Parts: sequence; C-alpha cells; structure tokens
Amino acid sequence: MSGAALELREVRGPSALGGGRRRALELLYLIAVTEFRRNYVGTALGYLWSLVRPLMLFGVLLVVFTQAFDLGDRVVNYPVLLLFNIVLFTFFQEATTQAVTSIVNQESVVRKTQFPRLVIPLAVVLTSLFNLGVNLVVVLCFLLFSGVSPMWTWLLFPVVLALLVVFTTAVAMILAALHPRFRDTGVIWGVAAMALFYATPVLYPIEVVGDALGDLLALNPLSPLFGLARKWVVDPGAPGPLAVADGWPQVVVPAVLFAAVCVLAVWIFNREAPRIAEEL
Amino acid sequence: MPPSRPSRLHAPVVIEVRDLVKTFRIPSHRVDTLKERALHPLRRDAHRELRALRGVSFDVHDGEFFGIVGRNGSGKSTLLKIMSSIYGADAGRIRMAGRLAPFIELGVGFNPELTSRENVVLNGVMMGLGRREAQRRLDAVLDFAELRDYTDLKLKNYSSGMMVRLAFAVMVEADADIMLVDEVLAVGDASFAQKCMDVFHEKRRAGRTLVLVTHDMATVQSFCDRALLIHDGELRYLGDPEETAMRYYRLNFRGADGRAHEATTAGVPDVNARIVSARLEDEVGGTVESVEQGTPIRLEVVLEARQALEAPIFGIHVLDADGVTVFGFNRTLTPGPGEPERVPAGDRVRIVGTIENRLLPGRYFIHVYVARNRTQGDMALHLVRLLDFVVYGTRTGAGSVLVDADVEVSVEVAQPS
Repeated sequence: MSGAALELREVRGPSALGGGRRRALELLYLIAVTEFRRNYVGTALGYLWSLVRPLMLFGVLLVVFTQAFDLGDRVVNYPVLLLFNIVLFTFFQEATTQAVTSIVNQESVVRKTQFPRLVIPLAVVLTSLFNLGVNLVVVLCFLLFSGVSPMWTWLLFPVVLALLVVFTTAVAMILAALHPRFRDTGVIWGVAAMALFYATPVLYPIEVVGDALGDLLALNPLSPLFGLARKWVVDPGAPGPLAVADGWPQVVVPAVLFAAVCVLAVWIFNREAPRIAEEL
Repeated sequence: MPPSRPSRLHAPVVIEVRDLVKTFRIPSHRVDTLKERALHPLRRDAHRELRALRGVSFDVHDGEFFGIVGRNGSGKSTLLKIMSSIYGADAGRIRMAGRLAPFIELGVGFNPELTSRENVVLNGVMMGLGRREAQRRLDAVLDFAELRDYTDLKLKNYSSGMMVRLAFAVMVEADADIMLVDEVLAVGDASFAQKCMDVFHEKRRAGRTLVLVTHDMATVQSFCDRALLIHDGELRYLGDPEETAMRYYRLNFRGADGRAHEATTAGVPDVNARIVSARLEDEVGGTVESVEQGTPIRLEVVLEARQALEAPIFGIHVLDADGVTVFGFNRTLTPGPGEPERVPAGDRVRIVGTIENRLLPGRYFIHVYVARNRTQGDMALHLVRLLDFVVYGTRTGAGSVLVDADVEVSVEVAQPS
C-alpha cells in the first residue's frame, strides 16, 4: 500500500449512503438495470404483462366513466387523459408499494454487508421509472392516434415528471424506513394508496367535482402535478392548477405538504438507516 | 506450526479501535406495529439491555493476520459488524486505512435470478470496486472459480458448491486492502479448501491485512500473527495466538461445575458398594470438568461398602471418547500393621491422588471398579463412565497420548559403493 492510502479515516457506521456516493450510484444503477432487464428480457410476454394491469384498469374505468357518467363528453380527450393519468399514478403506486418491503426483502444484504441503505428504496423507484418510460411510449402512440397534435408544451412534461419522481422517492423512503420497525406499514399504506388514488384527479379532472370537494382535493400535493401534466400534454385548454385554485390555501398547502414530505423523508431515513440492520 | 514471520508491530496501524461500546436493547414486549404505537402512544418499550461490547480497544497493523476469538455470544461478531459498518457503535470510535471488504457470509447479495456474470459485477461493486473495474475482473473471477462454462447460467441453477466457489472467487478478486472474514474458511471440498488456504497465504505475502473471526483454534494458530480473546464484551487477552487459543480453551472448559454424572453400573448392581462422590479437582480443591493438557489429573472418589469387602482391588480405567481404554491401573488397601485387609460393611473408602496426564486434547471417561478377594473376576462394583472430562490444549498428535520421544532425523550421505 502506498503511504497515502494509510491515512486513517473514521468509520462512521452504517448510513443512508455509507461507502461513498459513487459506489451508491453505481449500485443503484446496476440493481435497477438488472431488475428491469429481468422483467423485460428473457420472458417473451414480460412487457405485455406489465402493461396488462394499467390497460385493464383503463378499459374498465373508461367504460364506467364514459357510459355511467358523461365525463367523455365533458372532458376533452378523456380516454387519453385517463390512460395518461393511470400510467402516472401506477408509477407512484408501484414504486411506493414495492418500497415498503424492499429493505426487509434485502435482509441478508443489509445485515451482512456494508450496503448503502438508501440505494434499496431508490432502486425500486428507478425500476418503476423505467417501467413508466416504457408505458409512456404507449401513451404517446395513443395520444397521436387520437388526434392530439404535438405541442411545444410537451417539452415541459419532464418538469412534472421530475416533481413526481421526487415526491414518489420521498414517500418510498419514508415507507421503507418505517417498515422494519412497524410491520403493519404495508397494510396501512395499501389502504392509504387506494384512498389517494381517488383523492387525486386521476379519473376526473378537478374542475368537474364541484367547488367544495374540488377545493379539498386541490390540497393533495399530487393534484397540481396531475393538473399540470394534463394541461401541458393532453389539453392546453384545460384550467391549470392555479386556475382551479380558489384561494391561497389551494396554492400554498400542496407546496408545503410536498416540501414537508421531502424533509420528513430525509430526516426519517437518516435517523433509521444506522439502526435498520438491528431492527431486522 | 505457524510459519515464523517477522512481527508486524512496527508496521503502521491500519485499524484503530478505541473504547468501543455497543448495547443492544432486547425488547421483551416489542411495539412493532403502527397500530399499537397509535393506541398506546405513551407506553415505553419494555426491554432489557444486552451489553455486547464494553469498551474494546486494539490496533491492527498493516499486513497483519489478526484473529478474533471468543465463545458464542461473547461479542466477537458484533465487533466485526461494527468494523464492517453494518452496526453503528454507541460509543468509542474506529478508524481504518485503505479499502475494506467484509465477508460476514459467503455469497451475500447474490441474486438467484441473475446470471453469474451479473452477480459477479454487482458483488464486485458492493465490495467497493468501480463498475468498470468489476467488469474487467470478471474473467479472473470466473477462472478462479472454474466456472467459465457457466457464465450465463442463472445462479439458481448452480449447485451449492459452485455458488460457494463463485462467492469466494469474488472475494479474492475484490482485492481489498483489509479483509474482515467471519468463519468462511471451511467451505467447499478438500481441494477447494486447499485453494482457499493458498489464496490466504498469497494475500499474506502480498501484504494484505486480514481480520478473522473464528471458533477454530487450529486456524488461529496456523494463520494469525496475533489474536485477541473477547469474553462478555470485554477484551481478555491480546497477543500470541497460542496463548489466545489456550485461554480460549480455559474459558470454555472451566467453570461449568456441578453437572450430574450419568454413571451406570455395568452388570453389577450396587448391592456390595455404592458411590458416594466422585470428582476431579484443580490445585486448590475446586471441582473441575476439564484439565489442561500436561497438568496432572487430580481424582477423588469416595465409596461406601454395603457389605464387607475382603481383600478388595480398586481399579481405575481411563477411556477415550470412542470407548477405547487408554490406560488403567489398580490399587489395593493399605491397612495399618496388624489390621485385616478388609472394608467392614458401612465403612467408606476414599480413593484420592494425582495421575500423570499425557492425554491429548479431547473428551475422556473414567471407569471405576471394585473387585473382591484379590481377583479381578469377583466384581463387587463396576461404574461405567463415572466421570467424564475434557483435556484442553494445543499440542496435538496421533492417537490419545503424547509421549516424549528422543528421536532425531538426519541425512546419511550415500557412500560410493
């Protein structure tokens, strides 16, 4: 060993990114890519299967909301919007649900190696993001097929996507950190995620549900994201989040909630990371 | 015998452990659901504390092979896990120099659904190699593991032997400056085990530092430059591996007194005599169940005659764990002048003394018998496995006993004929 390498460095114990940022990034990339490849390569129907769930959901909901209700007539490009929203929400739901048990599933790695803990939930989110990318291709085909012409605002979509990924990651971190200690996190989140599905403008645009309920739903940090995505990608004529907001709470509360979830995620994860190996 | 090596104590310190403290909280009633937490927000977790490490300090020098030994639950694995950044310490600090790779278990992080190629790269990165570097060493890993023909086979289709070989190969090629190894040496078949040994010797020549946690004293003695003994979370000894091993054995076999012996009478019911007590003693008269190699065996047996024993013979046999008699001897009464050579009914006989101990380390049994009328055929009492004891020590050899042998080997120069 060279003299320089013999400098003693403090061993700080396990942490979210223990072992260096570069190593964590490489691990994250490798795990997500191999997981993604495993899902799609080798199994002939792999990709189709992953599409079946959102498409089935889409088909059922489309029939319900265009036939039983008249959303098809009141909302421009409703079928495309519905598919788009479902694909986006599926990403959020899939990533967070799988993140809950991710650390417990990787028990041997956590308990027996020096593994950056944060990589585990992040890899789950990244794999889901790859899936989202594939699904968005289908949405794009659908968009063009139903006569939506390309708009310059499509270029703004990555902003929405980035915010969605940040929020998803934050929720995933919280759930993954809590589950080793509180083993009912998964059950609770299952219910909460379903409630969130209906409390987010996925099936309906926010302006159709009436003022009182609409004002309430607009507090959900996911609502403005879905509103923006709709305006920028599907229907430029739709009212944006600011237009549907009836007052300052509908602007400030989602932003504050969004930030709070992110701060909470970092705080909880950093607090739990050193102890996770002992909790398992 | 360990190859004699110059001491590494002059080399720079690469691992510095100071006053390391770790306490585990073992919950007796654990609140592990959010529901319970919500229902009883103020209830404190009831728990007891397990002090796994109570202030351990030591240094490991560059290029040293360093052993950590201790009984189960002594804290040695906790120590290794803190050094590996798997657990955090409660107090104290560790500093290290160089790239570290922990091996708590072989094959951790292997994903059975992935091919060996993917697993090797992933594992390499986990051990601190860059992705490119891990890919570059892939061939070397597969060659070492002799698995070149199975590169694209999913790991779930590997035999356990192949898996172990692959895991070991990754570890070897990870080429860390400091390796922390927990009992993984005894893996694979004999030829692979030999290969592993070769690799460790190779690593040692290359100046790598290795910290080995083990129960196996033979490994410590043949492998380590220094070793530390940990007991109840405290450092008990640090230094010479031979001495560490000896102290480990003493810890293991001392102090477990008072166990009931399952002595059985062999065919002869105890109508003529019965056993009152039987024990092995140490120098100060305490009861022991183990004897250090080379120190005399101190025996005390008390018998009670139920019927008068005429001209009795008292025999003592020592048998090894397989039931083979190693040696035996017998004694007769030493009556006072003019007294008859008999034990009246109801009187007690005390057999006491020391026995030379040439026994090799292992488990042994003592049989005691009493015969009458100076004939060994007229058995009055035969106690099988009256006592069992362990001889502990580090000098080994073939058979059951160690004998002095004044034998030399020399080369005879061939005479031209």
